[in-house]
Amino acid sequence: METNGVGGSAADMSRILSELETLKTAKNDIDRRISALEAQLRDTTNIQDKNDTVSNGSCPLISAVHSNINHDLTPDSVYRYSRHLLLPSFGVQGQSNLLKSSILVIGAGGLGSPALLYLAACGVGRLGIVDHDVVELNNMHRQVIHTEAYIGQPKVKSAAATCRSINSTVQIVEYQEALRTSNALEILSQYDIVVDATDNAPSRYMISDCCVVLGKPLVSGAALGLEGQLTVYNYNGGPCYRCLFPTPPPTSACQRCSDSGVLGVVPGIIGCLQALEAIKIAGAVGEPLSGRMLLFDALSARIRIVKIRGRSSQCEVCGENSAFTQQQFKNFDYEKFTQAPLSTLPVKLNLLPEDSRISSKEYKEKIDNGEAHVLVDVRPEHHFKIVSLPNSINIPLASLEVRLPEISKALKEEDNSGSGASLYVVCRRGNDSQRAVQCLQKMGFNSARDIIGGLESWGHDVDPNFPTY
Amino acid sequence: MQLTLEFGGGLELLCESVKIHKVNVDPPNGPEKFIMKDLLSWVRTNLIKERPEMFMKGDSVRPGVLVLVNDCDWELSGQLDTTLEDKDVVVFISTLHGG
Ligand SMILES: [Zn+2]
Repeated sequence: METNGVGGSAADMSRILSELETLKTAKNDIDRRISALEAQLRDTTNIQDKNDTVSNGSCPLISAVHSNINHDLTPDSVYRYSRHLLLPSFGVQGQSNLLKSSILVIGAGGLGSPALLYLAACGVGRLGIVDHDVVELNNMHRQVIHTEAYIGQPKVKSAAATCRSINSTVQIVEYQEALRTSNALEILSQYDIVVDATDNAPSRYMISDCCVVLGKPLVSGAALGLEGQLTVYNYNGGPCYRCLFPTPPPTSACQRCSDSGVLGVVPGIIGCLQALEAIKIAGAVGEPLSGRMLLFDALSARIRIVKIRGRSSQCEVCGENSAFTQQQFKNFDYEKFTQAPLSTLPVKLNLLPEDSRISSKEYKEKIDNGEAHVLVDVRPEHHFKIVSLPNSINIPLASLEVRLPEISKALKEEDNSGSGASLYVVCRRGNDSQRAVQCLQKMGFNSARDIIGGLESWGHDVDPNFPTY
Repeated sequence: MQLTLEFGGGLELLCESVKIHKVNVDPPNGPEKFIMKDLLSWVRTNLIKERPEMFMKGDSVRPGVLVLVNDCDWELSGQLDTTLEDKDVVVFISTLHGG
Protein backbone atom coordinates (compact mmCIF):
# COMPACT_ATOMS: atom_id res chain seq x y z
CA MET A 1 0.00 0.00 0.00
CA GLU A 2 1.34 3.47 -0.86
CA THR A 3 1.82 5.98 1.92
CA ASN A 4 -0.10 9.20 1.84
CA GLY A 5 3.19 11.06 1.50
CA VAL A 6 4.21 9.35 -1.70
CA GLY A 7 0.73 9.52 -3.17
CA GLY A 8 0.54 13.23 -2.24
CA SER A 9 3.85 14.15 -3.85
CA ALA A 10 2.93 12.22 -7.00
CA ALA A 11 -0.31 14.18 -7.20
CA ASP A 12 1.62 17.41 -6.59
CA MET A 13 4.07 16.56 -9.34
CA SER A 14 1.36 15.87 -11.85
CA ARG A 15 -0.39 19.12 -10.88
CA ILE A 16 2.85 21.08 -11.35
CA LEU A 17 3.56 19.38 -14.68
CA SER A 18 0.11 20.14 -15.97
CA GLU A 19 0.34 23.77 -14.83
CA LEU A 20 3.70 24.06 -16.57
CA GLU A 21 2.17 22.64 -19.73
CA THR A 22 -0.68 25.17 -19.59
CA LEU A 23 1.70 28.09 -19.07
CA LYS A 24 3.98 26.93 -21.90
CA THR A 25 0.99 26.71 -24.26
CA ALA A 26 -0.10 30.19 -23.22
CA LYS A 27 3.45 31.49 -23.77
CA ASN A 28 3.58 29.95 -27.25
CA ASP A 29 0.25 31.50 -28.05
CA ILE A 30 1.41 34.95 -26.91
CA ASP A 31 4.66 34.55 -28.89
CA ARG A 32 2.65 33.70 -31.99
CA ARG A 33 0.43 36.72 -31.52
CA ILE A 34 3.45 38.98 -31.02
CA SER A 35 5.10 37.79 -34.24
CA ALA A 36 1.81 38.10 -36.12
CA LEU A 37 1.46 41.71 -34.96
CA GLU A 38 5.12 42.42 -35.80
CA ALA A 39 4.55 40.99 -39.27
CA GLN A 40 1.44 43.12 -39.67
CA LEU A 41 3.47 46.17 -38.71
CA ARG A 42 6.13 45.23 -41.27
CA ASP A 43 3.43 44.79 -43.92
CA THR A 44 1.95 48.18 -43.21
CA THR A 45 5.36 49.83 -43.50
CA ASN A 46 6.02 47.87 -46.71
CA ILE A 47 2.75 49.03 -48.22
CA GLN A 48 3.61 52.60 -47.27
CA ASP A 49 7.07 52.17 -48.81
CA LYS A 50 5.51 50.70 -51.93
CA ASN A 51 3.06 53.55 -52.16
CA ASP A 52 5.96 55.97 -51.78
CA THR A 53 7.86 54.34 -54.61
CA VAL A 54 4.88 53.62 -56.84
CA SER A 55 6.17 55.97 -59.52
CA ASN A 56 9.18 53.70 -59.73
CA GLY A 57 7.35 51.29 -62.02
CA SER A 58 6.40 47.65 -61.67
CA CYS A 59 9.60 46.33 -60.07
CA PRO A 60 8.65 44.24 -57.02
CA LEU A 61 9.96 45.58 -53.76
CA ILE A 62 12.57 43.42 -52.13
CA SER A 63 13.01 44.74 -48.65
CA ALA A 64 14.80 41.73 -47.19
CA VAL A 65 18.36 42.47 -46.28
CA HIS A 66 19.53 39.30 -44.64
CA SER A 67 17.64 36.70 -46.68
CA ASN A 68 17.45 36.03 -50.35
CA ILE A 69 13.81 36.30 -51.40
CA ASN A 70 12.69 36.80 -54.96
CA HIS A 71 8.94 36.78 -54.54
CA ASP A 72 6.53 39.18 -52.91
CA LEU A 73 5.17 36.95 -50.13
CA THR A 74 5.55 38.47 -46.68
CA PRO A 75 7.23 36.36 -43.97
CA ASP A 76 3.82 35.93 -42.41
CA SER A 77 2.37 34.68 -45.70
CA VAL A 78 5.28 32.29 -46.14
CA TYR A 79 4.45 30.80 -42.74
CA ARG A 80 0.64 30.78 -43.15
CA TYR A 81 0.71 29.22 -46.64
CA SER A 82 3.86 27.11 -46.16
CA ARG A 83 2.05 23.84 -46.96
CA HIS A 84 0.96 25.30 -50.29
CA LEU A 85 4.47 26.55 -51.00
CA LEU A 86 5.85 23.08 -50.33
CA LEU A 87 3.77 21.64 -53.18
CA PRO A 88 5.98 21.46 -56.28
CA SER A 89 2.94 21.79 -58.57
CA PHE A 90 1.56 24.83 -56.74
CA GLY A 91 4.43 26.48 -54.90
CA VAL A 92 5.34 30.15 -54.63
CA GLN A 93 3.97 30.99 -58.08
CA GLY A 94 0.56 29.41 -57.43
CA GLN A 95 0.21 31.10 -54.04
CA SER A 96 1.41 34.41 -55.39
CA ASN A 97 -1.21 34.23 -58.17
CA LEU A 98 -3.88 33.33 -55.63
CA LEU A 99 -3.01 36.27 -53.39
CA LYS A 100 -3.45 38.62 -56.34
CA SER A 101 -6.76 37.12 -57.48
CA SER A 102 -10.33 38.10 -56.74
CA ILE A 103 -13.22 35.62 -56.56
CA LEU A 104 -16.95 36.28 -56.25
CA VAL A 105 -19.15 33.66 -54.60
CA ILE A 106 -22.87 34.08 -55.37
CA GLY A 107 -24.92 32.39 -52.66
CA ALA A 108 -23.79 31.73 -49.08
CA GLY A 109 -25.86 28.56 -48.67
CA GLY A 110 -25.09 24.86 -48.94
CA LEU A 111 -22.56 25.23 -51.79
CA GLY A 112 -21.27 28.68 -50.89
CA SER A 113 -20.52 27.80 -47.26
CA PRO A 114 -17.71 25.30 -47.83
CA ALA A 115 -16.51 27.14 -50.95
CA LEU A 116 -16.11 30.37 -48.96
CA LEU A 117 -14.40 28.63 -46.03
CA TYR A 118 -11.69 27.22 -48.29
CA LEU A 119 -11.34 30.31 -50.46
CA ALA A 120 -10.84 32.50 -47.38
CA ALA A 121 -8.43 30.03 -45.82
CA CYS A 122 -6.32 29.58 -48.95
CA GLY A 123 -5.53 33.27 -49.31
CA VAL A 124 -7.52 34.64 -52.24
CA GLY A 125 -6.70 38.34 -52.38
CA ARG A 126 -10.26 39.61 -52.49
CA LEU A 127 -13.38 37.56 -51.82
CA GLY A 128 -16.89 38.86 -52.60
CA ILE A 129 -20.06 37.30 -51.14
CA VAL A 130 -23.56 37.90 -52.58
CA ASP A 131 -26.73 36.78 -50.76
CA HIS A 132 -30.00 38.42 -49.77
CA ASP A 133 -31.21 35.76 -47.35
CA VAL A 134 -31.05 35.37 -43.57
CA VAL A 135 -29.72 32.37 -41.63
CA GLU A 136 -32.45 29.93 -40.55
CA LEU A 137 -32.35 26.92 -38.24
CA ASN A 138 -33.19 24.56 -41.12
CA ASN A 139 -30.07 25.79 -42.98
CA MET A 140 -27.64 24.75 -40.28
CA HIS A 141 -27.31 21.08 -41.28
CA ARG A 142 -25.56 22.00 -44.51
CA GLN A 143 -24.66 25.70 -44.49
CA VAL A 144 -21.67 25.11 -42.26
CA ILE A 145 -20.21 28.61 -42.44
CA HIS A 146 -23.01 29.94 -40.21
CA THR A 147 -23.32 29.45 -36.46
CA GLU A 148 -26.47 29.37 -34.31
CA ALA A 149 -25.65 32.84 -32.97
CA TYR A 150 -26.41 34.25 -36.45
CA ILE A 151 -29.91 32.78 -36.88
CA GLY A 152 -32.15 35.58 -38.15
CA GLN A 153 -29.20 37.66 -39.37
CA PRO A 154 -28.06 38.17 -42.97
CA LYS A 155 -26.09 35.24 -44.40
CA VAL A 156 -23.60 37.64 -45.95
CA LYS A 157 -22.80 39.18 -42.58
CA SER A 158 -22.46 35.77 -40.94
CA ALA A 159 -20.31 34.31 -43.74
CA ALA A 160 -18.07 37.38 -43.85
CA ALA A 161 -17.49 37.22 -40.08
CA THR A 162 -16.46 33.55 -40.31
CA CYS A 163 -14.16 34.22 -43.29
CA ARG A 164 -12.49 37.08 -41.43
CA SER A 165 -12.00 34.96 -38.33
CA ILE A 166 -10.27 32.29 -40.44
CA ASN A 167 -8.07 34.68 -42.39
CA SER A 168 -7.90 38.34 -41.46
CA THR A 169 -5.53 39.07 -44.35
CA VAL A 170 -8.19 38.43 -47.03
CA GLN A 171 -10.25 41.39 -48.17
CA ILE A 172 -13.89 40.35 -47.77
CA VAL A 173 -16.55 42.32 -49.66
CA GLU A 174 -20.22 41.98 -48.61
CA TYR A 175 -23.13 42.32 -51.04
CA GLN A 176 -26.24 41.96 -48.94
CA GLU A 177 -28.63 42.03 -51.88
CA ALA A 178 -30.23 39.74 -54.44
CA LEU A 179 -28.35 39.49 -57.73
CA ARG A 180 -30.40 41.09 -60.52
CA THR A 181 -29.71 42.17 -64.07
CA SER A 182 -29.60 45.71 -62.66
CA ASN A 183 -26.61 45.10 -60.35
CA ALA A 184 -24.94 41.97 -61.79
CA LEU A 185 -22.66 43.67 -64.35
CA GLU A 186 -21.43 46.17 -61.78
CA ILE A 187 -20.66 43.48 -59.18
CA LEU A 188 -19.28 40.68 -61.39
CA SER A 189 -17.02 43.04 -63.36
CA GLN A 190 -14.91 43.59 -60.24
CA TYR A 191 -13.81 39.95 -59.98
CA ASP A 192 -11.55 37.57 -61.93
CA ILE A 193 -13.56 34.41 -61.26
CA VAL A 194 -17.25 33.81 -60.46
CA VAL A 195 -18.56 30.89 -58.37
CA ASP A 196 -22.25 30.09 -58.92
CA ALA A 197 -23.54 28.70 -55.63
CA THR A 198 -27.18 29.68 -56.17
CA ASP A 199 -30.22 27.44 -56.04
CA ASN A 200 -32.51 28.27 -58.96
CA ALA A 201 -32.68 28.13 -62.75
CA PRO A 202 -33.15 31.85 -63.59
CA SER A 203 -30.09 32.79 -61.47
CA ARG A 204 -28.01 30.19 -63.28
CA TYR A 205 -28.92 31.56 -66.74
CA MET A 206 -28.44 35.15 -65.55
CA ILE A 207 -25.01 34.50 -64.00
CA SER A 208 -23.79 32.53 -67.03
CA ASP A 209 -24.92 35.23 -69.48
CA CYS A 210 -23.29 37.91 -67.36
CA CYS A 211 -20.02 35.95 -67.27
CA VAL A 212 -20.10 35.61 -71.08
CA VAL A 213 -20.73 39.32 -71.54
CA LEU A 214 -17.87 40.16 -69.17
CA GLY A 215 -15.55 37.30 -70.23
CA LYS A 216 -15.25 35.72 -66.78
CA PRO A 217 -14.74 32.02 -66.01
CA LEU A 218 -17.70 30.55 -64.12
CA VAL A 219 -17.35 27.70 -61.63
CA SER A 220 -20.82 26.20 -61.45
CA GLY A 221 -22.03 23.68 -58.90
CA ALA A 222 -25.42 22.24 -58.02
CA ALA A 223 -26.69 19.73 -55.50
CA LEU A 224 -30.04 18.19 -54.65
CA GLY A 225 -31.07 15.16 -52.69
CA LEU A 226 -28.11 12.82 -52.88
CA GLU A 227 -26.61 14.04 -56.14
CA GLY A 228 -24.31 16.80 -57.24
CA GLN A 229 -23.03 18.30 -60.52
CA LEU A 230 -20.00 20.47 -61.24
CA THR A 231 -18.38 22.13 -64.24
CA VAL A 232 -16.51 25.26 -65.36
CA TYR A 233 -18.30 27.37 -67.97
CA ASN A 234 -17.06 30.02 -70.37
CA TYR A 235 -13.38 29.13 -70.02
CA ASN A 236 -10.68 27.79 -72.38
CA GLY A 237 -13.07 27.35 -75.31
CA GLY A 238 -15.54 25.45 -73.16
CA PRO A 239 -19.29 25.97 -73.38
CA CYS A 240 -21.44 28.44 -71.49
CA TYR A 241 -24.54 27.34 -69.59
CA ARG A 242 -26.72 28.16 -72.60
CA CYS A 243 -24.58 26.13 -75.01
CA LEU A 244 -25.51 23.13 -72.86
CA PHE A 245 -29.08 24.12 -72.02
CA PRO A 246 -30.35 26.49 -74.75
CA THR A 247 -33.96 25.96 -73.66
CA PRO A 248 -34.94 26.20 -69.99
CA PRO A 249 -36.40 23.05 -68.44
CA PRO A 250 -40.10 22.97 -67.49
CA THR A 251 -40.64 24.41 -64.03
CA SER A 252 -41.92 21.05 -62.80
CA ALA A 253 -38.40 19.68 -63.39
CA CYS A 254 -36.76 22.31 -61.17
CA GLN A 255 -36.85 20.83 -57.71
CA ARG A 256 -35.69 22.80 -54.70
CA CYS A 257 -33.89 21.61 -51.56
CA SER A 258 -36.78 22.96 -49.47
CA ASP A 259 -39.18 20.59 -51.27
CA SER A 260 -37.07 17.59 -52.19
CA GLY A 261 -34.57 17.59 -49.34
CA VAL A 262 -30.78 17.40 -49.50
CA LEU A 263 -28.22 15.46 -47.50
CA GLY A 264 -26.08 18.21 -45.95
CA VAL A 265 -22.70 16.80 -46.88
CA VAL A 266 -23.59 16.52 -50.60
CA PRO A 267 -23.55 20.29 -51.35
CA GLY A 268 -20.58 20.34 -48.95
CA ILE A 269 -18.61 18.09 -51.31
CA ILE A 270 -19.66 19.99 -54.45
CA GLY A 271 -18.90 23.34 -52.76
CA CYS A 272 -15.42 22.11 -51.84
CA LEU A 273 -14.86 21.03 -55.45
CA GLN A 274 -16.01 24.49 -56.60
CA ALA A 275 -13.39 26.04 -54.31
CA LEU A 276 -10.82 23.67 -55.79
CA GLU A 277 -11.66 24.61 -59.40
CA ALA A 278 -11.61 28.32 -58.52
CA ILE A 279 -8.22 27.90 -56.79
CA LYS A 280 -6.82 26.07 -59.85
CA ILE A 281 -7.95 28.85 -62.18
CA ALA A 282 -6.76 31.62 -59.84
CA GLY A 283 -3.44 29.89 -59.20
CA ALA A 284 -3.05 29.02 -62.90
CA VAL A 285 -2.30 25.38 -62.14
CA GLY A 286 -3.65 22.07 -63.39
CA GLU A 287 -6.44 21.24 -65.79
CA PRO A 288 -9.73 23.00 -65.13
CA LEU A 289 -12.99 21.06 -65.37
CA SER A 290 -13.92 22.84 -68.59
CA GLY A 291 -15.61 20.89 -71.39
CA ARG A 292 -16.15 18.17 -68.81
CA MET A 293 -18.76 17.68 -66.12
CA LEU A 294 -18.48 15.88 -62.81
CA LEU A 295 -21.56 13.93 -61.74
CA PHE A 296 -21.65 12.81 -58.13
CA ASP A 297 -24.01 10.16 -56.78
CA ALA A 298 -23.64 9.96 -53.00
CA LEU A 299 -25.87 6.95 -52.41
CA SER A 300 -23.97 4.61 -54.68
CA ALA A 301 -20.58 6.30 -54.05
CA ARG A 302 -20.03 7.00 -57.74
CA ILE A 303 -18.25 9.90 -59.37
CA ARG A 304 -18.42 10.09 -63.13
CA ILE A 305 -16.58 12.67 -65.20
CA VAL A 306 -18.07 13.04 -68.65
CA LYS A 307 -17.05 14.92 -71.77
CA ILE A 308 -19.50 17.62 -72.74
CA ARG A 309 -19.83 19.68 -75.92
CA GLY A 310 -17.52 22.65 -76.48
CA ARG A 311 -18.64 26.21 -77.15
CA SER A 312 -21.54 26.13 -79.59
CA SER A 313 -21.26 28.39 -82.60
CA GLN A 314 -25.07 28.54 -82.62
CA CYS A 315 -25.28 29.69 -78.98
CA GLU A 316 -27.52 32.72 -78.61
CA VAL A 317 -25.21 34.30 -76.07
CA CYS A 318 -21.62 33.13 -76.67
CA GLY A 319 -21.93 31.86 -80.26
CA GLU A 320 -20.14 33.27 -83.30
CA ASN A 321 -23.07 35.30 -84.54
CA SER A 322 -24.37 36.31 -81.18
CA ALA A 323 -24.55 39.98 -80.43
CA PHE A 324 -25.64 39.68 -76.84
CA THR A 325 -24.59 42.99 -75.34
CA GLN A 326 -24.46 44.36 -71.83
CA GLN A 327 -27.56 46.39 -72.60
CA GLN A 328 -29.44 43.30 -73.79
CA PHE A 329 -28.38 41.52 -70.65
CA LYS A 330 -29.76 44.34 -68.52
CA ASN A 331 -33.11 44.17 -70.31
CA PHE A 332 -33.42 40.38 -70.33
CA ASP A 333 -36.25 38.97 -68.20
CA TYR A 334 -34.79 35.79 -66.68
CA GLU A 335 -37.88 35.02 -64.61
CA LYS A 336 -40.06 35.10 -67.71
CA PHE A 337 -37.52 33.10 -69.72
CA THR A 338 -37.43 30.26 -67.18
CA GLN A 339 -40.98 30.73 -65.84
CA ALA A 340 -39.46 30.67 -62.35
CA PRO A 341 -38.75 33.27 -59.68
CA LEU A 342 -35.18 34.45 -58.95
CA SER A 343 -35.87 34.32 -55.25
CA THR A 344 -36.56 30.99 -53.58
CA LEU A 345 -39.85 31.95 -51.96
CA PRO A 346 -42.33 29.08 -52.32
CA VAL A 347 -45.12 29.60 -54.85
CA LYS A 348 -48.64 30.26 -53.59
CA LEU A 349 -51.25 28.98 -56.01
CA ASN A 350 -54.83 30.17 -56.08
CA LEU A 351 -56.79 27.59 -58.05
CA LEU A 352 -60.10 27.40 -56.19
CA PRO A 353 -63.09 29.68 -55.60
CA GLU A 354 -63.36 31.08 -52.08
CA ASP A 355 -66.21 28.76 -51.05
CA SER A 356 -64.02 25.72 -51.74
CA ARG A 357 -61.47 26.79 -49.15
CA ILE A 358 -61.30 27.27 -45.38
CA SER A 359 -58.59 28.74 -43.17
CA SER A 360 -56.72 26.67 -40.61
CA LYS A 361 -58.47 28.63 -37.83
CA GLU A 362 -61.90 27.78 -39.29
CA TYR A 363 -60.87 24.14 -39.48
CA LYS A 364 -59.90 24.28 -35.79
CA GLU A 365 -63.39 25.58 -34.95
CA LYS A 366 -64.95 22.69 -36.87
CA ILE A 367 -62.93 20.22 -34.77
CA ASP A 368 -63.89 22.02 -31.55
CA ASN A 369 -67.56 21.93 -32.55
CA GLY A 370 -67.30 18.21 -33.20
CA GLU A 371 -68.34 18.52 -36.84
CA ALA A 372 -68.42 15.14 -38.59
CA HIS A 373 -65.66 15.23 -41.20
CA VAL A 374 -62.81 13.43 -42.93
CA LEU A 375 -59.38 15.07 -43.30
CA VAL A 376 -57.29 13.82 -46.22
CA ASP A 377 -53.56 14.67 -46.16
CA VAL A 378 -52.26 14.53 -49.75
CA ARG A 379 -48.55 14.88 -48.98
CA PRO A 380 -46.12 12.08 -49.94
CA GLU A 381 -45.84 9.32 -47.37
CA HIS A 382 -42.35 10.35 -46.15
CA HIS A 383 -43.68 13.85 -45.41
CA PHE A 384 -46.62 12.36 -43.48
CA LYS A 385 -44.12 10.46 -41.35
CA ILE A 386 -42.46 13.71 -40.22
CA VAL A 387 -45.64 15.13 -38.70
CA SER A 388 -49.39 15.04 -39.33
CA LEU A 389 -52.69 16.24 -37.86
CA PRO A 390 -54.58 13.78 -35.64
CA ASN A 391 -57.18 11.62 -37.42
CA SER A 392 -56.00 12.61 -40.88
CA ILE A 393 -55.70 9.92 -43.51
CA ASN A 394 -52.71 9.98 -45.84
CA ILE A 395 -53.52 9.60 -49.54
CA PRO A 396 -50.68 11.13 -51.59
CA LEU A 397 -51.83 13.31 -54.50
CA ALA A 398 -50.26 10.94 -57.05
CA SER A 399 -52.48 8.04 -55.91
CA LEU A 400 -55.62 10.06 -55.15
CA GLU A 401 -57.68 8.88 -58.13
CA VAL A 402 -57.15 5.19 -57.50
CA ARG A 403 -57.84 5.51 -53.77
CA LEU A 404 -61.16 7.37 -53.97
CA PRO A 405 -63.06 4.38 -52.50
CA GLU A 406 -61.12 4.83 -49.24
CA ILE A 407 -62.44 8.38 -49.01
CA SER A 408 -66.04 7.30 -49.70
CA LYS A 409 -65.73 4.63 -47.01
CA ALA A 410 -64.29 7.06 -44.45
CA LEU A 411 -67.03 9.59 -45.17
CA LYS A 412 -69.69 6.94 -44.60
CA GLU A 413 -68.11 5.88 -41.29
CA GLU A 414 -67.96 9.47 -40.01
CA ASP A 415 -71.55 10.27 -40.94
CA ASN A 416 -73.28 9.70 -37.57
CA SER A 417 -76.28 11.96 -38.04
CA GLY A 418 -77.09 10.93 -41.57
CA SER A 419 -76.71 14.51 -42.84
CA GLY A 420 -73.32 13.76 -44.36
CA ALA A 421 -69.72 14.33 -43.26
CA SER A 422 -67.58 17.14 -44.66
CA LEU A 423 -64.40 16.48 -46.61
CA TYR A 424 -61.27 18.59 -46.03
CA VAL A 425 -57.91 18.31 -47.75
CA VAL A 426 -54.57 19.44 -46.38
CA CYS A 427 -50.97 19.45 -47.59
CA ARG A 428 -47.75 21.19 -46.56
CA ARG A 429 -48.31 24.72 -47.91
CA GLY A 430 -51.74 24.64 -49.54
CA ASN A 431 -50.89 24.09 -53.22
CA ASP A 432 -51.29 20.34 -53.68
CA SER A 433 -54.43 20.44 -51.53
CA GLN A 434 -56.03 22.74 -54.12
CA ARG A 435 -55.03 20.41 -56.95
CA ALA A 436 -56.53 17.55 -54.95
CA VAL A 437 -59.81 19.42 -54.37
CA GLN A 438 -60.05 20.17 -58.11
CA CYS A 439 -59.64 16.47 -58.79
CA LEU A 440 -62.09 15.42 -56.04
CA GLN A 441 -64.79 17.83 -57.20
CA LYS A 442 -64.39 16.52 -60.74
CA MET A 443 -64.92 13.00 -59.40
CA GLY A 444 -68.13 13.94 -57.63
CA PHE A 445 -66.93 14.93 -54.17
CA ASN A 446 -68.52 18.34 -54.56
CA SER A 447 -68.18 19.43 -50.94
CA ALA A 448 -64.38 18.90 -50.83
CA ARG A 449 -62.56 21.95 -49.49
CA ASP A 450 -58.88 22.67 -48.93
CA ILE A 451 -57.21 24.19 -45.88
CA ILE A 452 -55.60 27.45 -46.99
CA GLY A 453 -51.84 27.51 -46.41
CA GLY A 454 -51.74 23.88 -45.31
CA LEU A 455 -49.93 22.61 -42.24
CA GLU A 456 -47.62 25.61 -42.38
CA SER A 457 -50.54 27.92 -41.58
CA TRP A 458 -51.79 25.46 -38.92
CA GLY A 459 -48.40 25.80 -37.21
CA HIS A 460 -48.46 29.55 -37.68
CA ASP A 461 -52.08 30.44 -36.81
CA VAL A 462 -53.42 27.60 -34.63
CA ASP A 463 -50.76 25.57 -32.87
CA PRO A 464 -47.32 27.20 -32.54
CA ASN A 465 -45.98 23.93 -31.11
CA PHE A 466 -46.83 22.06 -34.32
CA PRO A 467 -43.46 21.16 -35.95
CA THR A 468 -42.78 22.90 -39.28
CA TYR A 469 -40.17 21.67 -41.73
CA MET B 1 -28.24 -6.00 -77.91
CA GLN B 2 -27.19 -5.49 -74.28
CA LEU B 3 -27.23 -1.93 -72.98
CA THR B 4 -26.77 -0.30 -69.59
CA LEU B 5 -29.12 2.62 -69.09
CA GLU B 6 -28.72 5.00 -66.17
CA PHE B 7 -31.10 7.68 -64.96
CA GLY B 8 -30.09 10.47 -62.61
CA GLY B 9 -30.84 13.95 -61.33
CA GLY B 10 -34.42 12.90 -60.51
CA LEU B 11 -35.22 11.12 -63.81
CA GLU B 12 -35.00 7.80 -61.95
CA LEU B 13 -38.29 8.76 -60.26
CA LEU B 14 -39.98 8.21 -63.63
CA CYS B 15 -38.85 4.58 -63.68
CA GLU B 16 -39.77 3.37 -60.21
CA SER B 17 -36.70 4.98 -58.59
CA VAL B 18 -34.35 2.48 -60.18
CA LYS B 19 -31.21 4.22 -61.43
CA ILE B 20 -29.40 1.49 -63.32
CA HIS B 21 -31.18 -0.74 -65.84
CA LYS B 22 -29.33 -3.52 -67.62
CA VAL B 23 -31.52 -4.21 -70.62
CA ASN B 24 -31.72 -6.37 -73.70
CA VAL B 25 -33.07 -4.55 -76.71
CA ASP B 26 -34.15 -6.15 -79.96
CA PRO B 27 -33.25 -3.64 -82.70
CA PRO B 28 -36.39 -3.23 -84.83
CA ASN B 29 -34.45 -2.68 -88.05
CA GLY B 30 -31.90 -5.43 -87.59
CA PRO B 31 -28.73 -5.43 -85.49
CA GLU B 32 -26.73 -3.18 -87.86
CA LYS B 33 -28.58 0.01 -87.17
CA PHE B 34 -29.86 0.88 -83.73
CA ILE B 35 -29.73 4.61 -83.06
CA MET B 36 -30.52 6.84 -80.08
CA LYS B 37 -33.86 7.76 -81.63
CA ASP B 38 -34.88 4.10 -81.51
CA LEU B 39 -33.61 3.80 -77.95
CA LEU B 40 -35.62 6.79 -76.76
CA SER B 41 -38.87 5.32 -77.99
CA TRP B 42 -37.92 1.94 -76.51
CA VAL B 43 -37.22 3.61 -73.13
CA ARG B 44 -40.47 5.50 -73.25
CA THR B 45 -42.44 2.34 -73.90
CA ASN B 46 -40.59 -0.02 -71.60
CA LEU B 47 -39.05 1.94 -68.71
CA ILE B 48 -40.91 5.20 -68.15
CA LYS B 49 -43.77 4.43 -65.78
CA GLU B 50 -45.13 7.92 -65.16
CA ARG B 51 -45.13 11.51 -66.47
CA PRO B 52 -43.46 10.77 -69.85
CA GLU B 53 -43.47 14.52 -70.56
CA MET B 54 -40.80 14.82 -67.84
CA PHE B 55 -38.54 12.66 -70.01
CA MET B 56 -39.36 13.47 -73.61
CA LYS B 57 -40.49 16.38 -75.72
CA GLY B 58 -41.36 15.55 -79.32
CA ASP B 59 -39.04 12.76 -80.42
CA SER B 60 -36.11 13.92 -78.28
CA VAL B 61 -35.44 14.39 -74.56
CA ARG B 62 -37.01 17.38 -72.81
CA PRO B 63 -34.93 20.54 -72.25
CA GLY B 64 -32.63 20.22 -69.23
CA VAL B 65 -31.75 16.57 -69.80
CA LEU B 66 -28.17 15.65 -70.69
CA VAL B 67 -27.65 12.47 -72.66
CA LEU B 68 -24.29 10.72 -72.42
CA VAL B 69 -23.27 7.80 -74.59
CA ASN B 70 -20.26 6.06 -73.03
CA ASP B 71 -19.55 9.11 -70.85
CA CYS B 72 -19.68 11.49 -73.78
CA ASP B 73 -22.27 14.19 -74.55
CA TRP B 74 -24.49 12.92 -77.39
CA GLU B 75 -24.09 16.29 -79.13
CA LEU B 76 -20.58 15.09 -79.98
CA SER B 77 -21.77 11.82 -81.52
CA GLY B 78 -24.76 12.94 -83.55
CA GLN B 79 -27.57 13.26 -81.00
CA LEU B 80 -30.62 11.24 -82.12
CA ASP B 81 -28.58 9.66 -84.93
CA THR B 82 -25.88 8.26 -82.62
CA THR B 83 -25.44 4.58 -83.48
CA LEU B 84 -25.46 2.28 -80.48
CA GLU B 85 -23.43 -0.88 -80.11
CA ASP B 86 -23.62 -3.88 -77.85
CA LYS B 87 -22.53 -3.14 -74.21
CA ASP B 88 -22.87 0.64 -74.60
CA VAL B 89 -23.69 2.71 -71.51
CA VAL B 90 -26.27 5.46 -71.96
CA VAL B 91 -26.85 7.98 -69.16
CA PHE B 92 -29.86 10.31 -68.94
CA ILE B 93 -29.36 13.01 -66.36
CA SER B 94 -31.53 15.94 -65.43
CA THR B 95 -29.65 19.13 -64.67
CA LEU B 96 -29.84 20.19 -61.02
CA HIS B 97 -30.38 23.74 -59.83
CA GLY B 98 -30.33 23.31 -56.04
CA GLY B 99 -27.64 24.44 -53.69
ZN1 LIG C 1 -22.91 29.56 -75.11
